[in-house]
Amino acid sequence: MPKIKINNLEIFADPGSTILEAAKEHNINIPTLCYYPDLHINSDCRICSVEIVGQKGLVTACSTPVKDGMDIKVNSPRALNARRTITEMILANHDAHCTTCIRNLNCELQTLADNLGIDATRYENILEPKAIDTSSYSLVRNPNRCIKCGRCIDVCQSVQSVSVLEIIGRGRESVVSPAYGKLIADVFCTYCGQCSSVCPVGAITEKDDTDEVWKALDAHSKHVIVQVAPAIRVSLGEDLGLPLGSIVTGKLISALKMLGFSKVFDTNFTADLTVIEEGHELINRISNKGVLPLITSCCPAWINFAEHEYPELIDNLSTCKSPQQMFGALAKTYYAKRENIDPKDIYVVSIMPCTAKKTEARRPEMSVNNEDPDVDTVLTTRELAKMIKQMGIDFNNLRESNFDKPDEVTSGAGAIFGASGGVMEAALRTVKEVLENKPLKILDFEQVRGTEHIRHADVEINGATYKVAIVNTLGSAREIAEQVKTGNSPYSFIEIMACPGGCVGGGGQPYGTTHAKARERMHSLYQVDRLSKIRKAHDNPAVSNLYTSFLGNPSSSIAHELLHTHYTNKR
Amino acid sequence: MLEMKLVSKRFGLIDPYSIDDFIANKGYQALKKALKADKLDLLDEIENSKLRGRGGAGFPVAIKIMALAKEISQPKYVICNADEGEPGNFKDRYILEKDPHSIIEGMLIAAYMTNAKTGYIYIRGEYSLQIDIMKNAIKQAREKNYLGEAILGTDFSFDLEVRSGAGSYVCGEEFALLESLEGKAGRTRVKPPFPTSRGLFNKPTLINNVETFATLPVIIDIGGKEYAKIGTASSTGTKLISISGNVLKKGVYEVPFGISMRKIINELGGGVENGRKIRMVQLGGECGPIIPEYMLDMVIDFERFEEFESKTGAGALIVIDDRFDFFEILKRISEFFTHESCGKCIPCREGNYHLLKIIDRFVNYCATEKDMNLLENTAMVLHHTSLCGLGQSAPTAIISALHYFRGTFQKRIEASLSQEDRIYAKN
Ligand SMILES: Cc1cc2nc3c(=O)[nH]c(=O)nc-3n(C[C@H](O)[C@H](O)[C@H](O)COP(=O)(O)O)c2cc1C
Ligand code: SF4
Ligand code: SF4
Ligand code: SF4
Ligand code: SF4
Repeated sequence: MPKIKINNLEIFADPGSTILEAAKEHNINIPTLCYYPDLHINSDCRICSVEIVGQKGLVTACSTPVKDGMDIKVNSPRALNARRTITEMILANHDAHCTTCIRNLNCELQTLADNLGIDATRYENILEPKAIDTSSYSLVRNPNRCIKCGRCIDVCQSVQSVSVLEIIGRGRESVVSPAYGKLIADVFCTYCGQCSSVCPVGAITEKDDTDEVWKALDAHSKHVIVQVAPAIRVSLGEDLGLPLGSIVTGKLISALKMLGFSKVFDTNFTADLTVIEEGHELINRISNKGVLPLITSCCPAWINFAEHEYPELIDNLSTCKSPQQMFGALAKTYYAKRENIDPKDIYVVSIMPCTAKKTEARRPEMSVNNEDPDVDTVLTTRELAKMIKQMGIDFNNLRESNFDKPDEVTSGAGAIFGASGGVMEAALRTVKEVLENKPLKILDFEQVRGTEHIRHADVEINGATYKVAIVNTLGSAREIAEQVKTGNSPYSFIEIMACPGGCVGGGGQPYGTTHAKARERMHSLYQVDRLSKIRKAHDNPAVSNLYTSFLGNPSSSIAHELLHTHYTNKR
Repeated sequence: MLEMKLVSKRFGLIDPYSIDDFIANKGYQALKKALKADKLDLLDEIENSKLRGRGGAGFPVAIKIMALAKEISQPKYVICNADEGEPGNFKDRYILEKDPHSIIEGMLIAAYMTNAKTGYIYIRGEYSLQIDIMKNAIKQAREKNYLGEAILGTDFSFDLEVRSGAGSYVCGEEFALLESLEGKAGRTRVKPPFPTSRGLFNKPTLINNVETFATLPVIIDIGGKEYAKIGTASSTGTKLISISGNVLKKGVYEVPFGISMRKIINELGGGVENGRKIRMVQLGGECGPIIPEYMLDMVIDFERFEEFESKTGAGALIVIDDRFDFFEILKRISEFFTHESCGKCIPCREGNYHLLKIIDRFVNYCATEKDMNLLENTAMVLHHTSLCGLGQSAPTAIISALHYFRGTFQKRIEASLSQEDRIYAKN
């Protein structure tokens, strides 16, 4: 083991580790900026420059492997000066109006400048303002705040295999943008929003729709209701000062009530409904020799990806709408009728871990009256946290509340939709029990859980073995889709989620989401499931009630009209 | 005799389009000798020669060749860096257009020692004549089985292709060159890994300069120990020097290391035009240090050059006489780097422009003491933290200027102040 010194502390470092890793291991902080735990080492910002005693230049801690005998000074006057100078250079080419920036107080550049004690820059500001790209429903790109760290390019390319972002131009003229300086809406962006999640500054963010929601909440003629996706209850707390993985369902509902929503519903309810509809679809396809594998459709970024890159697979996609859209359709039909409210007066807001859901809500198919969107506005976890802060709510000290009817009862199966493998597990619980016609002994399908990007399992139903696959990230989805396209897929059922770890790692989740954080949130979701009274979607009495009172049977014509959709070849 | 023609011995004596001319002038004899020798003995010869790279960084050639030879995986690549994009440097162009086969021969010897089967010569796009000459040379060499399968009846096979660069200076940096060869934008990579372990398409790769390759046949011919006797202890052999600027006889001259610059300028370069005074000389090219006239007795030598914290040994002398404004020259250099920065890392992308802006204040007589401090600080940070050699060496001229011409900066600051006074007085 190499013996090295960092700031005079003698340590034994793992062979092959970098200076940064070795320092972290021993709780020594080396400032970084372009570095991101799950991405490639870019070594572009040079902020982690440190001095090695006896060497002329400085080296970057993120990319330099340790060597026996290295004597590293993280904060030598030269290293500190370099770090400050570089930070000043960044600020001199940056629209540093923090108070009006979406990332204020939650920005890696701001924190860095603060930690380095930078109050003024010695350089003239040389920013040449460029147009802000607001072309899409999901994402906003502000080049005037981009520090060209390359993180967004890396996730888009190496994690998602979508590669719409790149560096164009050279030197001082270089900008991070879709090819040829196109707008986001004009390229094949899936809107997964992973770029916005890893961006250290306010250069790629979700399109901020909080003002729309404030406006709706203020309009007396509107009945404003809100649905909350499964993954929000295990992540929102982080943005409001609570520990990672905190389960905040009750407080979240109270906060939404305080914001002024008339009713607060749980998307888990329509997740349960999705399980029933999709489960029946699977059973039908298996028994009638329909197109297999069946591939899930609740992730809109995956759907965008499939429509653009794998239109050959459209027949494999489940025709089920996503839980968000099932909710929207029911809100403006079933709920409107039951509550005797003109659907035109109902305003549906969703709280989603997701930026792609914003665009999904604007798909023309997602409108029961072919006029207004079923879901009017979608907010991300981050936007909701912002509204709670704007309202001055002391989140941590809120009392707990319950969801409103008809969603007060939801199953644990719906809850785990927020984790990669959750849709699969929820569906298997129902399909296996329905087909075998006897109560399931073990509800936990451990073999489909986890965070690896591609997982497989063999599931026994009625003596027959079915192969299933669970996929997260679009890069892995591409691998599996290639298999299906060439007819070599051994699977009957495939779950695909675009974000690492599924929606717990969604593009709308708190900034700085990593695989490790997503895993913690996932654990919390399985805990929600474990603690649920009902753990199988088909056991949810509210869902059964919905069928008897309104939908009839699964896959009925009204169910098809409201809960199913179709896809378009967009290649 | 100042000149010593080893690499340039055939310059002007042969028709570059004729392989027969080359062969008639001892061409490909070193290759034949090598093909009969033991590979380890050949490596010893290179090591004994103490040859250092001629592309600028002066890295020991034997270390890289041995590293590649040790790699067992295939394919392996041998790449000749003929990008030569730095103003003031044109010695590689001379070799390409006057003796192309000497480069092929050098690459063949390197490939033979390392078991590489494929090679590329990356020539800058502007060198269209040289590209043509090189392509013709490769074609002829292939026809005579100096390239291709089972070369000259041995079991050694190697083939070679010309690739031309997109034209930016940074593509000469070895990692940017690899990216460019892979069809990507010419930007450097994070290092390590280094090319000998993961180079072109992540395969083991040897990259050397044109002159470096052209020197290998000389070493095999006369022997490593003999070669090491030429030059100085730390810098063996000869060096092609490109002389330009305000001298009478601009051109490329081959001299042994250890000759003073004054001699080279006066005796080979023919001295300064119209007997004017030399204000300064820039060594190595745009990325090299600027020294005052009184230092010209310094000899050409890697170790001496490194005292400037400059890695530049590509061998250019740019002579500037007293007609030119010192700050205008610095400004031109800064403009060059602002334009050539690839933009990947922050210090170089942002810093060069700030250097330019500050120097502009000196040019326009509105500089202050603060500007000088900021100039110095910015230059040092660029030098210490930039990702690739371009950013690291971009401020060399400024750093050396601040060192040797500090008085000139101070005078300009004083002049700036009095200029301000004049403006105030007018109002
Ligand atoms: C900005 C930049 C430009 C360079 N241009 C060239 C070039 O045109 N030709 C060259 O041989 N080396 C060039 N180099 C040096 C190469 O990176 C590399 O060190 C060299 O090709 C190795 O060959 P050598 O060891 O034979 O010198 C350049 C380096 C930098 C940083
Ligand atoms: S990105 Fe960060 S530093 Fe820049 S304006 Fe926004 S908060 Fe401030
Ligand atoms: S948009 Fe954000 S993540 Fe992308 S390069 Fe710019 S600062 Fe980095
Ligand atoms: S995985 Fe979840 S958060 Fe990510 S794009 Fe899909 S639905 Fe949205
Ligand atoms: S030093 Fe300059 S040329 Fe080199 S990587 Fe950095 S920006 Fe690009």
